[in-house]
Amino acid sequence: MSSLKHFLLRAVITLLFLAVPILGVWTFVKAEEWGLWFPPTYSTYGPSIDFLFDVIMWMVAVTFVGTELLLVWFFFRYSKKDATRATYTHGNHTLEMVWTAIPALLLIFVAFSQMKAWSTVKINFPEDGPYTVAKPLMEIYASQFDWRVRYPDAQGNFEGADVIEVPYDITVPADTKVVLRLKSRDVLHSFFVPVFRLKQDAVPGMEIPVWFEATRPGDYDLICAELCGWGHYKMAGKIHVLPKDEFASWLAKQRENLYAKD
Amino acid sequence: MSEALAAYDPAVDAPAHHHPVYDYDSGPPVERGKFAIWLFLATEIMFFSGLIGAYIVLRSAAKSWPDPQERLAVDITAFNTFLLITSSWTMVKAVFAAKAGERGKLLAWLAATIAIGASFVSIQVYEYIQLIHEGAIPKIDIFWSTFYAMTGFHGTHVVVGVIWLSCVWFKALGGGYTVRNNLGVELAGLYWHFVDLVWVLLFTIVYLF
Amino acid sequence: MSTHAHAPAHEAKPLGIDPPGTTHVSHEHHEFGFLRKYIFSTDHKVIGLQFLFTGLVMLLLGGLMAMAIRWQLAYPWTEMPVLGRLLFPATGGVTTPEGYTMLFTMHGTLMIFFVVIPLLTGTFGNYLIPLMLGAPDMAFPRLNMLGYWFWWPGIFCILLSFGAEGGGPAAGWTAYPPLSTIESAAPGSNWGQNWMLISLTFVGVSSMMGAVNYVTTIVKMRAPGMTFFRMPLSIWSLLVAALLQLFALPVLTAATFMQLFDRLFDAGFFTPTGVIINNVSPEAIGQAAGGHPLLWQHLFWFYAHPAVYILVVPSMGFVSDILAVHGRKPIFGYKPMVYSICGIAGLGFIVWGHHMFMSGMNPSVGLVFMTATIMIALPSAVKVFNWLGTLWGARIQVTTPMLFAVSFVAMFIIGGLSGIWMASTPVDIYIHDTYIIVAHFHYVVFAGSMMAIFAAIYHWFPKMFGRAMNETLGKIHFVGTFIALNGVFYMMHQLGLAGLMRRTADPYAYETYAHLQPMNQFISWCAFALLGWQIFFVLNFFGSMVWGKRVGRNPWNACSLEWEAPSPPGHGNFDKPLAVYHGPYEYGVPDAPKDFVPQTQKAVGFQVHA
Repeated sequence: MSSLKHFLLRAVITLLFLAVPILGVWTFVKAEEWGLWFPPTYSTYGPSIDFLFDVIMWMVAVTFVGTELLLVWFFFRYSKKDATRATYTHGNHTLEMVWTAIPALLLIFVAFSQMKAWSTVKINFPEDGPYTVAKPLMEIYASQFDWRVRYPDAQGNFEGADVIEVPYDITVPADTKVVLRLKSRDVLHSFFVPVFRLKQDAVPGMEIPVWFEATRPGDYDLICAELCGWGHYKMAGKIHVLPKDEFASWLAKQRENLYAKD
Repeated sequence: MSEALAAYDPAVDAPAHHHPVYDYDSGPPVERGKFAIWLFLATEIMFFSGLIGAYIVLRSAAKSWPDPQERLAVDITAFNTFLLITSSWTMVKAVFAAKAGERGKLLAWLAATIAIGASFVSIQVYEYIQLIHEGAIPKIDIFWSTFYAMTGFHGTHVVVGVIWLSCVWFKALGGGYTVRNNLGVELAGLYWHFVDLVWVLLFTIVYLF
Repeated sequence: MSTHAHAPAHEAKPLGIDPPGTTHVSHEHHEFGFLRKYIFSTDHKVIGLQFLFTGLVMLLLGGLMAMAIRWQLAYPWTEMPVLGRLLFPATGGVTTPEGYTMLFTMHGTLMIFFVVIPLLTGTFGNYLIPLMLGAPDMAFPRLNMLGYWFWWPGIFCILLSFGAEGGGPAAGWTAYPPLSTIESAAPGSNWGQNWMLISLTFVGVSSMMGAVNYVTTIVKMRAPGMTFFRMPLSIWSLLVAALLQLFALPVLTAATFMQLFDRLFDAGFFTPTGVIINNVSPEAIGQAAGGHPLLWQHLFWFYAHPAVYILVVPSMGFVSDILAVHGRKPIFGYKPMVYSICGIAGLGFIVWGHHMFMSGMNPSVGLVFMTATIMIALPSAVKVFNWLGTLWGARIQVTTPMLFAVSFVAMFIIGGLSGIWMASTPVDIYIHDTYIIVAHFHYVVFAGSMMAIFAAIYHWFPKMFGRAMNETLGKIHFVGTFIALNGVFYMMHQLGLAGLMRRTADPYAYETYAHLQPMNQFISWCAFALLGWQIFFVLNFFGSMVWGKRVGRNPWNACSLEWEAPSPPGHGNFDKPLAVYHGPYEYGVPDAPKDFVPQTQKAVGFQVHA
């Protein structure tokens, strides 16, 4: 192979490998502009999850760019036609220790930094607010392919004539710690509200509590995130977050309607 | 640096004719077959761990679990368990006979093991027929689901063992094993002991507790 | 093929360094007819090639299903060109919702159980293990043949399932109950799901036969002087993968049997009490209940997470070997490489719960699984650093296998790093089951393992067929594949961050996802290009068998034992006695006559690493 041809080949391949970190970072920078980034977050714990994502993202980004650039440079530099032999080494004990210990420490840091946010979302449920695990605001009953919502009667029972049942639409108050009880009638479903950064599978035979505190009134998508059959793609719901006082009057009105029907 | 792909050179690259097959033994001083059967038994242990693990999980998660002594014929099965343990002893005798090169004894002890194994299966089949006659089938409840899965897979293993031992018996009849070459008997024996051991475990957790 | 005579044992005795217990056996053997030679062969090389050809055909099938999936995601509910009429004749080529669930179920199942695992362990495990160890064949050649032929009922059943009445399995390759166990939950799948479960059982038995054989061969049949720490990393990784299969696969087999019990005998392993499916309670129609859906997930992932490592560990080994040979440099940190493979495998058994963070499993247990999962990044990082160390100061030969191997490292970095997000439980709350997961595992399994498989095919093709593949076509294949695959999978990360769920037939029905369609169209066109581009591989692969450059025993000037045998090796592999004096990575040795010292060459007048 002529040396010019060899150089061109090296150059093309090097550019190809170089494009990985460059385009890789560029698409992440541009993602928000293209609408390919996190939706806004409207729950109290949402920002802490986004923050943890960002912390890991920066670590990942530095490692990604660093290792890819080294790879690109080594490829370009050491694919040169060279009469001498390669560096004869079988490794370096100190280096091995360094690049085992540093990532180990970083990874332990990552692991521990996750624990608080996870406990907040999934382990320590609110006990001081109006709604608790024992006395949730509502029961969500997932089934192929809809969400049914039940508000308890004044005594907190989910059975009986005074229970309000609504399909698809979940109405909750803003700025309130809301606890829901998640159930499934048939197969696995998953309760996913992107703007709250909340996801939890609904499992038949289990009652799983979830909680959130919405920070902004509005209508948000509720998505089923676990394959539940042919209609999985259209198992959509809506979350209506109402200001606290509006919610109270909404609920009162629902009760009125219920009695009016009787 | 030379061209990346070295060209064909008949002087070194042509295959040599008329050479023996070079077969080396590198490992610990245990036959390949025995090494492999231990690996196989390890997979079997994982298989039954999956079944038994599922049973333990389902049972501990259940609100109530029926008393097995009320549903199952524990006394008959206890006798059956005794039979199977006896067959382990006859199997040990068979392996000793094979190692000593005593063909008559080997055939006799193997025959005993096969007979006991076959009776075990027969008694289990009898138990199944009784149960099915009473309407106790897997779809009745989770107790019967797990019962049939666990004892059924064990029973299948015993049947395979009986067939395997019968093959060994026929080979022994034709003088297939000698003082130096009796691995086949030992391998079947290892499998047979494993099947016995699993049964003791299953009997304890399914029938007694 | 050469004919071998019966030789007296002393002739076979290699040069003096026999460990105790070494025996030299000569077998008598003869020329076989076509059927015994190419179809029902017990020769590990023929079996390896059988796995290769079958696996490549299955790859095409799985790839076509991916195209159908991509069409639906780019242009939902429109007539699919070419494939549509074949897959969905009833609707005139328009994907149906249940058809879509069947497509991704089959794509996943085929690619994992019929393409990547068989290509890595079936093909290269069979082909390389005896050759790299200096053995004449596997420990149990007939069991080996049986292993391949047990794969066929598996293939037959999985194809049957797609054509079953009402359609194929529709519960994902993970087959989560109750969707997979209660027939009325997924109205399409009657026998489809059963055939899939039966198929997986056959595949499992086939893999287990292979794994027992591999471990026995590696432990018992190494050539004199081939200690464990002189084995090539390919062998180490295949050994570890075989052990993973031995200990993880039986649990899946037990679980599939339980699911079959549920489906066929109305048992209740995975059906909880009180469910109502399609307005019918299973208990009311005489099915047992009282089981637990999460039980399946635990059993399944206890197998399937180690299986994920079966999908990638062997490719790490192949890439290490290829980097050393084509970089003309010893592998950097051989022992850390071995330990990290073992570490990945060991940790791999205690991380299955990270697939279940959102499943309703006790969230405190999730923290334990998270910590173990995050720590598994450590051995993976050590491997990447050692590969970079190997490239540093190398004399890189810009060959096709080298390009694919280097790109494996580049892509594995992406697949590995994105895993840290998934392992972190709070972040996983948001990204669980989104497209960032899809990006992650395709970067590991396609951009990683598939690239390593291509590298391995280009690298060992000369040994398999005695001819080399065309380098120009190989490079064209590489460049196009590399660009297209990144086009397909990279932007899936961002789609996932935007919240896009996987397994969704028409995401644009949601307001949240409506703006994601153009990016999905871009991805789909990259996917079509990726598949189309493989024509260069197909042409090169088949063309080179006939017209490729004739090469000798050791075309790449490599050190390991497989290159001592003729290309292609005859029955019994080696035509001369072997003795191993040092490790497999003696490249660039100072003062040696050539820049490589084969494992069989004693270092005289220069120093090599012990």
